[in-house]
Amino acid sequence: MNISSGLFLLVGSFLCVSGGVGVLRFPDFYTRMHAVGVTDTLATAMILIGLMLQMPEGIVVLKLIVILLMTLFISPTASHALANAAMNNNLKPKLNMNEDSKGQTSSNP
Amino acid sequence: MKDLLAAIMLSGIYGLLSASFFVAMDAVDVAFTEASVGAGISTLLMLAAITITGHSEDPVRHKPVLAAIVVFITGGMLIYGTLDMPYFGTAQAPVHLHVVPRYITESMQEIGVPNIVTSVLASYRAFDTLGEVVVIFTAGMGVLALLSMVHGPMEKAEFESINDSMHEKYLILRIVTKILIPFILIYALYVQFHGDYGPGGGFQAGVIFAAAIILYAMLFGMRTARRVVNQALVRLIAAFGVLFYGSVGVVSLLNGKNFLDYSALSADPVAGQHLGILLIELGVGFTVASVMVIIFFNFEGRRKKSNTTETKV
Amino acid sequence: MLIAATIAILVVMILAITRAIVGPTLYDRILAVNMFGTKTVLLISMLGFVMGRPEFLDIAIVYALINFISVIAVLRHSDASIFKTPQSAEKEMKKNS
Repeated sequence: MNISSGLFLLVGSFLCVSGGVGVLRFPDFYTRMHAVGVTDTLATAMILIGLMLQMPEGIVVLKLIVILLMTLFISPTASHALANAAMNNNLKPKLNMNEDSKGQTSSNP
Repeated sequence: MKDLLAAIMLSGIYGLLSASFFVAMDAVDVAFTEASVGAGISTLLMLAAITITGHSEDPVRHKPVLAAIVVFITGGMLIYGTLDMPYFGTAQAPVHLHVVPRYITESMQEIGVPNIVTSVLASYRAFDTLGEVVVIFTAGMGVLALLSMVHGPMEKAEFESINDSMHEKYLILRIVTKILIPFILIYALYVQFHGDYGPGGGFQAGVIFAAAIILYAMLFGMRTARRVVNQALVRLIAAFGVLFYGSVGVVSLLNGKNFLDYSALSADPVAGQHLGILLIELGVGFTVASVMVIIFFNFEGRRKKSNTTETKV
Repeated sequence: MLIAATIAILVVMILAITRAIVGPTLYDRILAVNMFGTKTVLLISMLGFVMGRPEFLDIAIVYALINFISVIAVLRHSDASIFKTPQSAEKEMKKNS
């Protein structure tokens, strides 16, 4: 029981840290949103399953399942809302990394 | 920082950090209240308020030197007045020698509720909690007195907050929140009635209930929200909550004991305490939820059509 | 193992705050704050287990909700001037002219 729980926690925290590093190093807003949105939800699921295996009894497991379901609903919706707002305000993605002469303009302050 | 929107977001993070401090200090009820009220409903209500005031701060027109001097002098005198008190948290303070041990040792026998915070808030100090509820009610009345408007048939079109024709832009959000809102309401009821055994109680439950209604109003437009949540009924419930709380105390008076002494409510004193705590937490929950809804609806209802453009979420 | 995971989440929260401070556009900052919120939910759950008090899970549920509602509330103001990017200013000028 402890080994499988530890395994889930390990995978979850690795995903979490990689998402965090991604949000710092990716070049553009939309790519950062990819990094956060995907790894956030999956890392949360892994870590919560790991916590469920730590104390598999009664009301604690139920509450953890509630948090998991809520995060599965909420996190992608919030990413969608944010990306939609960015698109509607014409924030352009950085499409051309190599040449500056006639490529798209990148997102800037 | 001139822009109010960024300032509000930072204050939301500040509320969250305070909640984390309370979690680190192992104070569950306080962390719960701080997370729901400080980080949650304050941010929502301030965001609703800047729809009326505008998004940036007015330029400062004078240098407040005199005000700063007065503040420093008053603060200095207040601090000087407290130098006689014992240091915060020493074991010899009278609070720790007399009051706290009595609460901790006697609470289980006298009241029979595992959560000592609830027993102190709702039974030993019920009169203070009555004062808090009256303060919240007064805030709601103040907002109503200043900002409420009667919507005539011609004015409705002018003071609409979000065009209902923009429903396509909110489509995914609407579907997801339609699934979420019943669970949020059930969770608010769980927090309300579970306040005896875990963190929770009337204040937090009222705030969560109001947050669900505010979410609905934000995404579906004010006109639909006003049809779903009848404004007259909400005002009635706000007043009813305070009245209910007070009448529990009056019933104790009529039974021959002190005001808000719950052991007069039933034959067995401990059962009377349980009943009394349940009833007053209900009163608190009613008032808090309805006042938050009143404040939000009155702020949002004034958002003129010219504030909105076509670009939206 | 739990303590190692807690430290990992604290590190990620610091990374998110860095992005919130640095991020050139407003949308980066909102993204970072949203991420900070979800990591806080995880942190509170794990702190509850580390300290042996599963009552903290109620706080985690409330905070997940509050995070969501706050992001939606901020995005409703997305017609405010602080949200505009230079490209959208050009587009409005083209539309008005």
